[in-house]
Amino acid sequence: MRLLDLLRFSILALRRQRFRSAMLLTAVGLGVSAVVILTALGEGARGYVLGEFAYLGTDTVIMIPGRKETTGGMPPMTGVAAHAITLEEMEVLQRAVPGVTSLAPMVMGNGPVSYKSRERDSMVVGTTAAFFPLRKLEIAQGSGLPELALGEGKQVAVIGQKLKEALFDSGRAVGQWIRLRDYRFRVVGVLAGSGDSFGADLSEAIFIPVASAQAVFNVHGLFRVTLKVKENYQVEAVKSAIAKQMQALHNGELDVTIISPDAMLSTFDSILRVMTLGVAGIGAISLVVSGILVMNVTLMSVKQRTAEIGLLKALGAPSSQVRTLFLTEAGLIAAAGAVLGILVGHGVVLIGAKVYPGVPFATPAWALWASLALAIGTALLFAWLPAQQAADMEPVDALGKK
Amino acid sequence: MIEVSGVNKTFVLGDSTVHALADINLRIEQGEYVSVMGPSGSGKSTLLNMLGLLDRPDNGRYSLNGVDTQTLDENERARLRREQIGFVFQSYHLIARLTARENVEMPLMLAGVPAKERHEAVAGILEKLGIAKRADHLPNQLSGGERQRVAIGRSIVMKPALLLADEPTGNLDSRSGAEVTQILENLNREGITLLIVTHDNSMGDRARRRIRMVDGAVATDKTFEHVA
Repeated sequence: MRLLDLLRFSILALRRQRFRSAMLLTAVGLGVSAVVILTALGEGARGYVLGEFAYLGTDTVIMIPGRKETTGGMPPMTGVAAHAITLEEMEVLQRAVPGVTSLAPMVMGNGPVSYKSRERDSMVVGTTAAFFPLRKLEIAQGSGLPELALGEGKQVAVIGQKLKEALFDSGRAVGQWIRLRDYRFRVVGVLAGSGDSFGADLSEAIFIPVASAQAVFNVHGLFRVTLKVKENYQVEAVKSAIAKQMQALHNGELDVTIISPDAMLSTFDSILRVMTLGVAGIGAISLVVSGILVMNVTLMSVKQRTAEIGLLKALGAPSSQVRTLFLTEAGLIAAAGAVLGILVGHGVVLIGAKVYPGVPFATPAWALWASLALAIGTALLFAWLPAQQAADMEPVDALGKK
Repeated sequence: MIEVSGVNKTFVLGDSTVHALADINLRIEQGEYVSVMGPSGSGKSTLLNMLGLLDRPDNGRYSLNGVDTQTLDENERARLRREQIGFVFQSYHLIARLTARENVEMPLMLAGVPAKERHEAVAGILEKLGIAKRADHLPNQLSGGERQRVAIGRSIVMKPALLLADEPTGNLDSRSGAEVTQILENLNREGITLLIVTHDNSMGDRARRRIRMVDGAVATDKTFEHVA
């Protein structure tokens, strides 16, 4: 039988059983669109996280106090490390480790920020001028923090866009004095953009020189230090140079953790890849379930068209041809359902991307092909049994049935 | 061309065994016109199914055009049906979703003949059977006589040597029945071997050779020189 005739014959048969065809189309379509949508979600999450890491760049290293050991025992809580990381040590690092261009120490806290009668509880970040280029934050108005010696405090602040709006509305912020706890700071700059970074909304934060933050919160140790690696230096080599230096400063004890975002990036990437596969698998289950429907519908079709099967055999159709006819019907409806599912799934993904512009929803090409192949493959697999039943019928028995 | 010897076929119905075919020996030459008559349950339809390779005998020998059929597998039997045997059924067995033309084309389509050649082959047959004008109608838009003519068209489109008809006029009024009979006899005159199973004596008596079956066995087998 020619392919064109085969397809035409199958389509005519499918059109005769409109309701059943529509049911199959819906089931397969739902399964495929589930795969399309779920993988888009997974890929969106992965893209989102990777994008966050990309902000840090691959040439930075983060140092936090305390050390996470994998050899057992309680992990140290933040801030209770035997030795805090101090600003003086950072001065040593800057001088002694040749691979470090700039470093941005951080002291974090929360406090009420007020201007005239308005007050807002804000995240306070004590840092240096180097912080802004390191985190790729842009200044919309005024300037960043001034270049100061690490230990030098100054009554100046950079504020995020949302904080600025909360305190000043559309008025001018740069040059105004604001109050943080018992200290007064002059606003020298306003951040641009939303500044969403690692779950913390930096647009609601206030940035002050690190020494000033230590005074405000009365702390000595640093919360975290971001270091930029010089060009032509190996990140790993610089990492171990920093570790060695810190060990020397801490009386031979290595009690800091040094992370390179690059290494974390690949870890997260592989975790999220597995997650995408996992949710794709959940979608695939619904496709396999639709295969059971395919089997039922084909079984019904075979029972109902027994006389036709008998006729085909009387006209000289070999068993394999009878089987092919029923498999083609199942395969065709699965293919149509898959295409429908891909279109619907794509539509939903596009709408999702419109509603949440921050998350890069996109169905990977492999998911499209895999769901199409799985839909058709499942349909053929599940239709095989009833199709073989049709093929195995004795012509005289089949003809006699109405 | 047809040689049947020592063929038996039994069915088990409940706890009784029915001898549908009991030691049948038969020889039918190419171009013969044979009617098989008998009361219902006499095994005449089973004989037709067996000759049409739709059914297998329990034992015995059946050779069609020199081919021993009892050793063939199902695919080879299908090929013989396709190439050498045409069937006409009482209930037509047309495919409802296909037009008259497509129903006639069906065997050619299954055999993989290209559409253009199919159309040429079918056009002549539709013309000859007087249903050319109804070619694009669906079976449910046709009268009984027309449907049976479509079925006959389908049975001869592969130019078989043997035409097996099971009560071909059973569902028809006398006028369309006579027309269908006329068509079948014309085909026989052109050389096809025609075997008609019927319980209608007036139809059976038109054949030169008349076989009467009783309880699965051939009771009488007479050949007449002159036909009424």
